[in-house]
Amino acid sequence: MDVQIALLLAQDGLTNGAIYALLALAIVLVFVVTRVLWVPQGEFVSYGALTLASLQLGKVPGTVWLLVCAGLATALVDGVVAVREGRLRRMPRSLLANVVLPLALAALATWLAPRNPPLLVQILLTIALIVPLGAMVYRLAFQPLQRASVLVLLIVSVAVHFAMQGLGLVFFGPEGARTPAFTDVRFELGVMTVSGQSLLVIGASVFLIVVLYLFFERTIYGKALRATAVNRTGARLVGISTSLAGKLTFTLAAGIGAVSGILIAPIATIYYDSGFLIGLKGFVGSVVGAIVSYPLAALGAVLVGMLESFGSFYASALKEVIVFTALLPVLIWLSLRSRHVEEDDEE
Amino acid sequence: MSAVLEVEGLSVAYGKVEALHGANLVLPAGSIVTVIGPNGAGKTTMLAAIMGLLPSQGIVRYQGRDVARDEVEARVAQGLVLVPERRELFGEMTVADNLVLGAFARYRRRESGIDADLDAVYQRFPRLRERRGQLAGTLSGGERQMLALGRALMTRPRVLMLDEPSLGLAPLVVREIFQIIADLRRTGVSILLVEQNARAALQVADHAYVLETGDVVLEGEARSLITNPRVIETYLGLAAGSRRTSAA
Ligand SMILES: Nc1ncnc2c1ncn2[C@@H]1O[C@H](COP(=O)(O)OP(=O)(O)OP(=O)(O)O)[C@@H](O)[C@H]1O
Ligand SMILES: [Mg+2]
Repeated sequence: MDVQIALLLAQDGLTNGAIYALLALAIVLVFVVTRVLWVPQGEFVSYGALTLASLQLGKVPGTVWLLVCAGLATALVDGVVAVREGRLRRMPRSLLANVVLPLALAALATWLAPRNPPLLVQILLTIALIVPLGAMVYRLAFQPLQRASVLVLLIVSVAVHFAMQGLGLVFFGPEGARTPAFTDVRFELGVMTVSGQSLLVIGASVFLIVVLYLFFERTIYGKALRATAVNRTGARLVGISTSLAGKLTFTLAAGIGAVSGILIAPIATIYYDSGFLIGLKGFVGSVVGAIVSYPLAALGAVLVGMLESFGSFYASALKEVIVFTALLPVLIWLSLRSRHVEEDDEE
Repeated sequence: MSAVLEVEGLSVAYGKVEALHGANLVLPAGSIVTVIGPNGAGKTTMLAAIMGLLPSQGIVRYQGRDVARDEVEARVAQGLVLVPERRELFGEMTVADNLVLGAFARYRRRESGIDADLDAVYQRFPRLRERRGQLAGTLSGGERQMLALGRALMTRPRVLMLDEPSLGLAPLVVREIFQIIADLRRTGVSILLVEQNARAALQVADHAYVLETGDVVLEGEARSLITNPRVIETYLGLAAGSRRTSAA
């Protein structure tokens, strides 16, 4: 391997690593706030990529029906609970978020899709169609389980993964899709050719990470999420509801997933079931950060991207194996170093 | 005077063991009521149940309304606030963030006056202002108490429940805390105070309850309880004895 190839591989690795870093951050965020090991993060990615691909073909994306159905299911659950507890006062808000908003987005998407709107509009529409799914998934699967153990939450998380993957097949079909590159620009930098596409992906990831950082450091809602992660009882005692924190967290996770999907769409062909492997790589990254440290998780994810890209050069058939084998030394190191971490018990 | 908080037949069980057996309690608006009792009597349990942190049986009426269906957060938003025995601070966040989060429910309602309240808390506890950038988990015991109280004040409570606010504090700071409690009442806050420091509690309170192994065994005006022989013997014993010696 000469320097040029090495640099090319590094560039590839960094590009994928940037996307994995976003996913790793989402997984860490969901875990620390809700204690859910969020396996289906990758599903938001494939939904994002497939939605954008549909829009680029001028087709109404399957996400529209998915969103409307999920919204109706959520409103139904809210309705049943509201009637049972005699608190109909809350229903208008639920109907607005779970029925009116999805229908409005569906109408907008149906109207816009055949009109070939500019790329930026397609991207914004993709994000808008996927973000509301986050809170719905939380409401349907996890809100009733706030007191459950981490293990139960993990089992539900795996179940949700299969459900979301199945729904992906139903609403997007079995065909894969790949969108054209956002840009064909290339820069010569000494011996290296830098693709504009890579720069765009890395730049977008870094930008999103900075925005998330500012959100958590500067805004009251960001602080509320951190507070819930640090001390759930304390958070409740200042009026931060665990459900609100959960919904907000899953909304963020869905948003991060959608953006990741949009970024990865021109890099790889995405099928309804591609999300799992992509999400798993983000997950490996987050394990490097022991699923609690954001910077380490991001670093781990970039490492995963690098391993994958160099692995595919040396032994292309084995690249996934290489990535997941890399988990072993990390796990051994973590277990050697670990103080006993006990599970926060709820009281 | 109308009651801002009424508790009727409140029972709490941990598994099969009942820790509170149908307690009754009334907190008149604008007053200070104290609950004293030995370790393990169920005082903390009672406050947690009133707050909605523990499942319970019986009625908790706040501002004339049964709050059984309200989650903890909803009770906080209505001004029913607890400083728990374990404080439950956000250890990995700064002092300033802890205080600001105290006003979370008010931010959601887009209430004004939050900055002014933050200033007032800093005024009251200059130590917290000095340490506003420090992580709450690294504060000294006394500073943590101040922060817990400060955070609760940021919620603008109507009813403030304090679980042993003087726990582990130096005598001078204890006096300060009781001063604050008296001040708060003057601003219209009703206070339910659980204390080991029975003498100080009875001095500041209007009404008192004595809780023993989950039962209210005695109640009355704080002023009368302070001279009650049984209370003196059990809860003021040491202090009363020392006074007798010093008088001799
Ligand atoms: N989570 C729990 N599980 C089981 N038993 C508990 C639990 N919490 C408290 N108890 C028991 O309930 C009883 C009342 O406890 P509580 O903390 O309310 O007492 P307290 O009056 O606040 O005491 P102290 O003055 O020591 O704070 C005690 O016997 C205690 O052991
Ligand atoms: Mg106690």
